Amino acid sequence: MKSDRESLFSARNMKLLTNPLNDENPITVQVLGICSALAITVKLEPSIVMAISVIAVLSIANVIISLLRKMIPPRIRIIVQLVVIASLVILVDQILKAFAYEVSKQLSVFVGLIITNCIIMGRLEAFAMGNRPWPAFLDGVGNAAGYGLILVIVGFFRELLGSGEVFGYPVLEKIGLYRIGYEDNGLMILPPMALIIVGIIIWVQRAKNTKLIEEN
Amino acid sequence: MRYAMKKFSNIYIFSFASIMVIVVAAVLSVAALILQPLQERNVAIEKMRNILSSIQVQSTAADAQEKYNQYIVETFVINSEGEKIEGFDAFTIDMRAEMRKPLEERHLPVFVGMKNDGRKIIVPLHGKGLWGPIYGYLALEEDMKTIYGVNFGHDKETPGLGAEISESWFQEPFAGKSIFDESGRFTSIEVERGGAEPGDPHAVDAISGGTITSKGLESMLYDCLLSYESYFKKEGI
Repeated sequence: MKSDRESLFSARNMKLLTNPLNDENPITVQVLGICSALAITVKLEPSIVMAISVIAVLSIANVIISLLRKMIPPRIRIIVQLVVIASLVILVDQILKAFAYEVSKQLSVFVGLIITNCIIMGRLEAFAMGNRPWPAFLDGVGNAAGYGLILVIVGFFRELLGSGEVFGYPVLEKIGLYRIGYEDNGLMILPPMALIIVGIIIWVQRAKNTKLIEEN
Repeated sequence: MRYAMKKFSNIYIFSFASIMVIVVAAVLSVAALILQPLQERNVAIEKMRNILSSIQVQSTAADAQEKYNQYIVETFVINSEGEKIEGFDAFTIDMRAEMRKPLEERHLPVFVGMKNDGRKIIVPLHGKGLWGPIYGYLALEEDMKTIYGVNFGHDKETPGLGAEISESWFQEPFAGKSIFDESGRFTSIEVERGGAEPGDPHAVDAISGGTITSKGLESMLYDCLLSYESYFKKEGI
């Protein structure tokens, strides 16, 4: 087993971290986790908190499952994965309620719904069950960051165009756009616009990254 | 499959599952116990901020306690006859639970705020919106008729529609309205679909597209204020 030792930040390991940001992005390429991406991206702050929560849950869950991977009986592995995810999500929810109450109210039920985010179970089943803890950790951080990246982009545009603010700071008012007759787009606040923004991101990404374009 | 080579006995599977459940339960209980005081503190602070907001005192999480002590000079609990009852802490009473009881058994909290222009009587509200509970505080002038200010909150009303009840454009028109008419009859406040008549002292505009939330808010005001009717009549000027 010692023969395949490689450095912690070898090219292969770094790919685990960077691939999900672009080529294998969970939202724009695999189209997973859309539900929460629509629901909590009205403002930038909850988007970032959600991204951090998912990074925490997915990286820790990946490490735990990877550590236990030889002990987990295959017949109950899905249950074990669910228990690990659910416990971590409850912990995150409790911590948010204690230390970031306002944000936790905005995220409300969607923190709990991290449990059902298919990105997480997908990574546990596809990666952590068959890899060592360190690569599993990188894979977890990478995939959650790929998810979080899209949340933050969507959250930024929805808050800017929908409420004219960034992090609650009235940017558009300060630069005087309202005085020349500009108005916020109320549709941006509603979930359909999140879907359209995700669509635009997918479009832009594929225009830049031609590898992703399917042949036919 | 890479990992399913090993065979596991049933006993192993059962023991694994049992140990896992015990470990998880222990971790979660410890976390809940440690974090509970902080969480309860956050809920209490939010309650203080909502009460303060109904008498138009803006506060932040950091200064809520200080401002609450400064502005809220008295709290007590009454019954539906308007008599004070001892032995209850107004701040910890759950209005939701009280509203489920029959009128005679309700313990009704009253908060008295002091602003430069006089005492304000603050009462809690709790009712049903479209998707979940709505709640709030209503502050009356010392005459116990005229509304000084309101604060409404909700758990999951539709953003842009029902959720607008927590916005200032909806709440501000309540100030100056009266919950009793000239003859002293309890009228509550109507939330009028299509807009209230200008100058109507007992009605405000409903929210377009948020009719059910608006109607829920109207019945919340009626039901909760009705519980206090005897008190308002007795103490009012």
